[in-house]
Amino acid sequence: MMDRYSLPHKVFLYFCVVLFLGFILLPFFEMFMTSLRPLEHLFRSPYQFWSDDFSFKAYSQMWETVPMLPRYIANSMLISISVTALALAFVIPAAYAYARFDFKGKSLSLGIFLAVNMFSGAVLLIPLYKLLRNYGLLNTYFAMIVPGAAFLVPMGIWLLKSYLEKIPRELEEAAFMDGASRLYTLRRVVLPLAVPGLIVVGVAVFLSAYAQQFLFAITFNSVKEFMPLPAGILEFIGYQSVKWNQMMAASIVGILPVLVIFLFLQRYLVAGLTAGAIKE
Amino acid sequence: MTHASGDLLPYQGERGGSAQKKQGMLQGLMRSQATFAWLLIAPAALYLVLVVAWPLVETVRLSFTNANIGGEAYIGTANYEKLLSSRKLGQTVSRTFYWMFLSVSFKIIFGLIGATLLNAAIPGRALFRMLVMPPWIVPVAIGCFGWLWLYNGHFGIISGALQYVGILDGPFEFLAYKQSAFYSAVVTDVWVGLPMVTIFMLAAMQGVPRDLYEAAYVDGASRWYRFRRITIPQILPVIITMSILSIIWTFNSFEIIWILTEGGPRSATTTLIIDTYKMAIANFKFGQGAARAVIVVTLLSVFSLVYLFALHQIKKRFEAA
Repeated sequence: MMDRYSLPHKVFLYFCVVLFLGFILLPFFEMFMTSLRPLEHLFRSPYQFWSDDFSFKAYSQMWETVPMLPRYIANSMLISISVTALALAFVIPAAYAYARFDFKGKSLSLGIFLAVNMFSGAVLLIPLYKLLRNYGLLNTYFAMIVPGAAFLVPMGIWLLKSYLEKIPRELEEAAFMDGASRLYTLRRVVLPLAVPGLIVVGVAVFLSAYAQQFLFAITFNSVKEFMPLPAGILEFIGYQSVKWNQMMAASIVGILPVLVIFLFLQRYLVAGLTAGAIKE
Repeated sequence: MTHASGDLLPYQGERGGSAQKKQGMLQGLMRSQATFAWLLIAPAALYLVLVVAWPLVETVRLSFTNANIGGEAYIGTANYEKLLSSRKLGQTVSRTFYWMFLSVSFKIIFGLIGATLLNAAIPGRALFRMLVMPPWIVPVAIGCFGWLWLYNGHFGIISGALQYVGILDGPFEFLAYKQSAFYSAVVTDVWVGLPMVTIFMLAAMQGVPRDLYEAAYVDGASRWYRFRRITIPQILPVIITMSILSIIWTFNSFEIIWILTEGGPRSATTTLIIDTYKMAIANFKFGQGAARAVIVVTLLSVFSLVYLFALHQIKKRFEAA
């Protein structure tokens, strides 16, 4: 009853939804349309909404224009997976400690962790640059992995902590009373139960890692072989002209994996991500 | 940290003589608990000390030097004096705040509108909710390259569409003029941040107890009244959280401006972060860049303190009510 809308009301609602989603999806729509047009059609003024020879040619030509493209995509994946693995290695034990134990300095230290979220890599670039140079990590994959993981650890701890808090304590206490060591309990009792939560946190970290590669890549790495996709597609910008259709095709290929992952897990992801913030 | 910290914890189990033995055991357990907890936290803490805390301290130190690619020497507060006496800093700071104010306001307002739309009981809302997300998950840089093309004057769709409907009578390069470049960057920043704000507000709206609305409905309250008097107060903590997170992210936002304009034309889109980056990384003036970074960090800390204070006030009000 309360939720019923009159017809004009409904029309208005849908109209607003279309406007809202139009703004959100416009760049993707235009990226896709651009990727279908031949290059010479792109450079026609005035702008033409319809082209009579749409084709998928750009999707095959782009590999020739930028021969390293497969490598860039693989690099993006490799960097994101490594960042996720590294971040989780730090996140899992810490999140468990915060979810289960009471100790002096708990909320203070958690607050300090979360304060890290305040800084983006951009503020700390100068010393990070020096740090990476001192350890000989500049222009390696590690130059993008090490700082990348650091800024995702706090988020990971926060998300996983909220999940672990929902797992009943009784099982752990039983295992512990039976003489299992704490570490054994964590490994064999808690972690298997936490698999769904770990997947959500892992995917959230992976998506963030995939999204944030540009800055660290253009600042800490100048070796082509190690470049991730967001920096690699700059190669479509040539001296003579920008191959926009191929650049957009490469972008779409590059965002497809994350969109697919997201599509499958979106329900869990959204629930997991918002749980921590809404609970209060 | 301290080994004995377990002693300071109050015993929380059941009371009574029969629990005497159990209590002794639990006390022992508690004592090792603190140590164990800190052992679990230590790797993450050490990592962040190395990659975040140390660089932060180092930034402060560098800001008192003339560090550049060749070397460094202590020069006292010269960087700050130079920075504070230049007229540019004032302009950059006010531009940054204006950028932040516009972008965050739009994100919050449209986030609220979007969440309300997606919360309405209309067919298709599950699909709509999914379609909001892409800008949030797609790499920011890639989305920005898309916008770069959209803003193109001769060949971009925005200029094309505006000419088609007659608002523009010729191609307009959005990123070539000071004003339009600035507002274009704001639009793109809103686009990047809006999905997350919308989704969090939607989640908050879904958490508002339904009986509140039903009671108001029975009493004859209009939709607008219910929105103003139930929804807004109920989700206020999330609105505040999203505002401050947006403030922090917009303030830190680098890729969007860098890809669209690199801070130009003629500094029209140079925010503090862009200025810091240009000085330090593009011009290799580490010392002067660090001084700017310190100002950025100081401002960020102020925002965070304001946030904590605001949340604290709200909690107090909620508990009092």
